[in-house]
Amino acid sequence: MDQPIAHAEAAVDAHHHEPQSFWTKYVFSQDHKVIAMQYMITALVMGFIGMVMSWIFRIQLAWPDHNLPFLRLLMPTNMESGTLQTPGYYMLVTMHGTIMVFFLLTAILTGGFGNFLIPLQVGARDMAFPYLNMLSYWFYFLSCVVITASLFVTTGAASAGWTSYPPLSALEKATPGSGLGQDLWLIAIALFIVASTMGSLNYVTTALNMRAKGMTLMRMPLTVWGIITAAMLGLFAFPALFAGAVLLLLDRHLGTSFFLPHLVVGGEHIVRNGGSPLLWQHLFWFLGHPEVYILILPAMGITSEVLSNGARKPIFGYKVMVGSIIAIAFLSFIVWGHHMFVSGMNPWLGFAFVITTLIIAVPSAIKTFNWLGTLWKGKIRFTTPMLFAIGFISTFVTGGLTGLFLGNSALDIPLHDTYFVVAHFHVVMGLSSVFGIFAGIYYWFPKMTGKMMNERWGKVHFWLTFIGSYGVFWTMHYLGFMGMPRRYYSYDSYQFLPPSMHTLQMVITISALIVGAAQLIFTLNFLLAWLRGKKAPNNPWQATTLEWQAATPPPHGNWGPVLPEVHRWPYDYSVPGASADFVPQTVPVEIEPSGEHHRVAAAVNGHGQTNGHGNGHHA
Amino acid sequence: MATAELSLQHEFHDYTLRSPFRASWQKVMMWVFIVVDALTFGSLLVSYGFTRVSIGTWANPAHVFALHIGGKEIPLLLIAIMTFILVSSSGTMALAVANAYERNKKRTVLFLTLTMLLGLTFVGCQVYEWTHLITHGTRPWWNPYGPPQFGAYFFTLTGFHGMHVLSGVLYLAIVARMVANGTLDRRGSYQLVEIAGLYWHFVDLIWVFIFTMFYLF
Repeated sequence: MDQPIAHAEAAVDAHHHEPQSFWTKYVFSQDHKVIAMQYMITALVMGFIGMVMSWIFRIQLAWPDHNLPFLRLLMPTNMESGTLQTPGYYMLVTMHGTIMVFFLLTAILTGGFGNFLIPLQVGARDMAFPYLNMLSYWFYFLSCVVITASLFVTTGAASAGWTSYPPLSALEKATPGSGLGQDLWLIAIALFIVASTMGSLNYVTTALNMRAKGMTLMRMPLTVWGIITAAMLGLFAFPALFAGAVLLLLDRHLGTSFFLPHLVVGGEHIVRNGGSPLLWQHLFWFLGHPEVYILILPAMGITSEVLSNGARKPIFGYKVMVGSIIAIAFLSFIVWGHHMFVSGMNPWLGFAFVITTLIIAVPSAIKTFNWLGTLWKGKIRFTTPMLFAIGFISTFVTGGLTGLFLGNSALDIPLHDTYFVVAHFHVVMGLSSVFGIFAGIYYWFPKMTGKMMNERWGKVHFWLTFIGSYGVFWTMHYLGFMGMPRRYYSYDSYQFLPPSMHTLQMVITISALIVGAAQLIFTLNFLLAWLRGKKAPNNPWQATTLEWQAATPPPHGNWGPVLPEVHRWPYDYSVPGASADFVPQTVPVEIEPSGEHHRVAAAVNGHGQTNGHGNGHHA
Repeated sequence: MATAELSLQHEFHDYTLRSPFRASWQKVMMWVFIVVDALTFGSLLVSYGFTRVSIGTWANPAHVFALHIGGKEIPLLLIAIMTFILVSSSGTMALAVANAYERNKKRTVLFLTLTMLLGLTFVGCQVYEWTHLITHGTRPWWNPYGPPQFGAYFFTLTGFHGMHVLSGVLYLAIVARMVANGTLDRRGSYQLVEIAGLYWHFVDLIWVFIFTMFYLF
């Protein structure tokens, strides 16, 4: 019954008229590349705010109650005396987590990279629904405004942790941050979910339906696979948090008791009963666990892409990589209980969650193996994006291994409320995604802006970030194993903590400040390169994928009058018999041989190189 | 411009063929959105189940939602009527889609209007039901029939569903207008009617779940 020519008229309107005025071109733009830059820059600004927050509470942890008068300017409500007050500390930690997870990482990976790369890498002119795409960004922008505004409320922003567990987040009396700040938090999250849903509907539909001729699903770059799988995860997991946020708002303002049991607060009985705080935990973590894969899958995709390019070799085990992405995505929906081992869960149920959690190690290990297989005997070019991609593998393995500890309920229960957990999730989902993001930014910056970023400062940025991050989180693992509890505002009044642990807190803070300084180098490099960087050639990394065949930066509509046609998979590097060590996807197999049909043989062969009779004339 | 349009139409034709579901991107998006919305309702319904099981006691819906006619209590009568109305609206919607593909403008608009009227009647019944319960003292935080969560979930679930029916009516009104003023003729396709139908049937289907889980249990 489909009539494909269907909406051509509307679509022609949406896709073909080049915007004329400044407002339609740069502000309310419907061009996916402009929206991508808007997402990316807004997310980086939010990330910067989140990072500054971490500096302030890290200073408190290393030098408790130290007087820092300049902070009074930054935080007038919680820094009256020049030292950080307890509510201020909890507020900063909460906002740091919320901003980093949602407003930086989720937004930049799907909104930023997804928007820029999906149409360009599958050979489309734009997203399927350009107007919806624009709306997605402006809802995201609005959610950023709301969450930032909540910092300036007199009672302070939300401070019940990024997980916002009730009753702390449900009762106004619980903490100062549980006033207007918590409401704004919930509203910002709801807006963010609306934005993310509109974006993700677009990403999935575009990649499924708008691929260029010859771009079969199994010829899509792994970045696209990673991003659309993450978009699917967002679409299917965010509804649970959305429902939870609505119910929590009702609990806060309409007197319902979805999450509130009978409680005595400050000697007073509250007039609620029958609700369960555990219900929130289930709803939250049903989103919360897939959320970490929303962050890691696009980063994995970017890493695969950059590694293959930097090693000048086809990605090892492409089909298995796609399969692993899908397997991880599926498993991520049935493991959320491992965040709740300490909630008094029935040990048998906990056991089931342990099993499903540990199974995720299998596809994750397969992916790691394939990345190493891709590097093996490659002609590696240690460019900045390549360094960050290798850094990703390092942090992913480190964080993945500690994940095996915490996935076991027997080990998780003693470790759960220590720094060990903080270190684990920062390394595996924070650092790894950040490394993936930096790899992506350095790699695609030339296509986005038409300029090259400075390689030397890029490398400085990488080494400071890499070593500094391990300085922070390696140390944190030790502290956690020694029993340092998390969520404490000041440690110097606890007798059971030896002074040596206090020294380690200082090591962490100093490392964190070094990492922070490195991000300033990145910011300068980014801005200076954009303003007056060296002009970028069309294909600076000698890459095979479609986006490098477009002009730099790509014009409105991306491809000019004729859409590109795809003749091969995206990883034809070092194909024997080819005239260069890379063959773009648009080159017909009659002109250059392809490694595409030898993938299976190469994988069995054991070293991933397309060896032997390298011509792909037989389809 | 004419050639450019022609080549774009060609591109869009290819896109539908290339879709793994052989469906246009508009339809694919509606299907994905329906899954998302189903999960939102699913989260609310699962929360309701969680709370009801953990409390142990609950109100008797057969009694709460009974109508008194001639001094006799007839359980769930209003709900049965509402369900009948909504299921009928799915029927008229299907007729609208069938007529849309026959390019019968008048009958398409007629059946869309009937669907909207049935939808509005359903919401009207809901208004009556809410008024009835509120005048008998039901509030989000208290009710005379059982634990406070009974009222809380009643308002949340039926309110959320009612909002979906209302937005559906609005959606159908826009589509009906596009059929009537010839916009769809100019586009050369009535697929928009079918896509709106997907949404409408979905909202009806959700009601079946709410009806079963909240009113019958």
